[in-house]
Amino acid sequence: MLTILFDGVAYGMLLFVLACGLAVTLGLMNFVNLAHGAFAMAGGYITVVLVNRAGLPFVVGLVLAFFATAAIGAVLERTLYVHVYAKSHLDQVLFTIGLVFMSVAAVDYVMGSSQQFVRIPAALQGQFDVFGVGVGRYRLLIIVVCGLLTGALQLVLTGTRFGSRLRAAVDDQRVARGLGINVGAVFAVTFAVGSGLAGLGGALGAEILGLDPIFPLKYMIYFLIVVTVGGTSSITGPFLASILLGISDVAGKYYFPTLGAFVIYTIMIVVLIWRPQGLFARGTAR
Amino acid sequence: MSRQIETAVTRFLAARARFGPFEIAFWLAAFATIYVLPGRHLILTETAIWGLFALSIDLILGYAGIISLGHAAFFGVGAYAAGLLAKHEIIVEPSIALLAAGLVAAALGFATSFLVLRGSDLTRLMVTLGVSLVCFELANKFGEITGGADGLQGITMAPVFGAYRFDMFGHTAYVYTLVWLFVLFVVARRIVNSPFGLSLKAIKGNALRSSAIGIAVNWRLVAIYTLSAGYAGIAGGLLAQTQAFASLSMLSIDRSADGLLILIIGGTGYLYGGLIGSLIYRLLQDYLSDLTARYWQFWIGLLLVAIVIVGRDRIGGWIYSIEMQAARLLRRSAPASIPDQGA
Repeated sequence: MLTILFDGVAYGMLLFVLACGLAVTLGLMNFVNLAHGAFAMAGGYITVVLVNRAGLPFVVGLVLAFFATAAIGAVLERTLYVHVYAKSHLDQVLFTIGLVFMSVAAVDYVMGSSQQFVRIPAALQGQFDVFGVGVGRYRLLIIVVCGLLTGALQLVLTGTRFGSRLRAAVDDQRVARGLGINVGAVFAVTFAVGSGLAGLGGALGAEILGLDPIFPLKYMIYFLIVVTVGGTSSITGPFLASILLGISDVAGKYYFPTLGAFVIYTIMIVVLIWRPQGLFARGTAR
Repeated sequence: MSRQIETAVTRFLAARARFGPFEIAFWLAAFATIYVLPGRHLILTETAIWGLFALSIDLILGYAGIISLGHAAFFGVGAYAAGLLAKHEIIVEPSIALLAAGLVAAALGFATSFLVLRGSDLTRLMVTLGVSLVCFELANKFGEITGGADGLQGITMAPVFGAYRFDMFGHTAYVYTLVWLFVLFVVARRIVNSPFGLSLKAIKGNALRSSAIGIAVNWRLVAIYTLSAGYAGIAGGLLAQTQAFASLSMLSIDRSADGLLILIIGGTGYLYGGLIGSLIYRLLQDYLSDLTARYWQFWIGLLLVAIVIVGRDRIGGWIYSIEMQAARLLRRSAPASIPDQGA
């Protein structure tokens, strides 16, 4: 029972790190980025190449995955995404689905369609008992890393000048512009960091989520659930939503394996009908 | 005065509803393929079905502005309905069974349309996606009815009207599909050119202002969504009938994305987009998969990105100006022979 809870929390944390970039993209620029999973996949594959083929330590692989994906995100944002911000939601959906198709085929071409595994150091494998509860070492690592990241994100958002600029831009872009905030630059940086976090999440999650070329399509719906259920106005909303989703998914698969993902989709629809702005959104959403 | 307005309105609507020379030529060419390309009927059948599916998406996207990522739900439900009706010999006559399949999908569309009315584009996107995912999971779970991952097998189709047997070369299937496509197209064309269709365009333009001039926004959206679901269901039913098979992949999100993609390639909001897009998509797919067997999706993705970056309006503008040029040339060279152009 507690083990399931533990695994669920680990899974949820992972989902949060993967999806928080998307929450900011959606909230800040009102941009529907279905290709967010592609960045996560990129991070995963970069780690696979660095750790398995080049023989770098796992931790170095994770750090490099973050920076490499952030760089890819920054380049794509400046060259392609900027042209699409002002377009309709339909165009954004088409554009990002196009990117997903391209990334899926490209990864298939380069790395093959089989599932990839990151070689994790032996120290992180296996599990140990804490008061009779089986705790997986790797999952503990995920919780620690993701917990630290979440704390850091929260600090940056609430405590720094950049964070207040970002929140101002999310709240009202036009007024923020009028106050002299360079919304474009804020967004570019946030997009890069968000992509980097997705890459890191993909690298960390390769072990749990599995890593193959259709990763972006497979998990797109999960990221979107996190964002739509959690709302885009704060970071705590998506965080709670991902923990909730992680626990209910793991528990659902354990207790009702025949129902599959049915429960989650139904809950999502109900939440969207009940509160279209998200479960944890503030009342005054635009 | 009001009489004058009335005749002006009638004339305006009649002008919209009139078939142009290009349209007549298009349909003559389509029916000519029955005799001209007998070896390609299998592939043409599929193209026509995809065209119909994209047409159903055009009804909600191009005319009412509803973005859906889950239209495959109705396609798949129609396919399963048609397959089950034939398999258990509930309705033997294929054309009536197909209508029934369309009605089943329309009923589902009606039930879920109320979910789509609320919220922003993103909420709609998620709700439509969620509905299709739920349908997919349900079809997967009730494997004893739907055949689960193996698909619905063992369907034997009765002859159409008790006379035309479905042959292995797909000749009957093609004629059957094409006739359905034409009839449904004419109906859809009639609907979108009616005052109802114009009111949908008004809603797409600005829902708030449309309600201010007395258009019942929600009910119109429910109506078109239901109709579109029915069309998608018939498209799915056609696929199940002509292939004597229905599978889970017909409900999958890939199908929805493909349908949307086909529509976008052809262009939205003039009904032919789905049909033309389906032809282009099929040709592209053939050409690209010859070129790079497994990676043709990459080029499709690139095409999508390019379409968006260039701008759909701009591409539509090019085509429109070409059309105008062509029409002007036709009028100048042979003013009397325009009605004969199609023949």
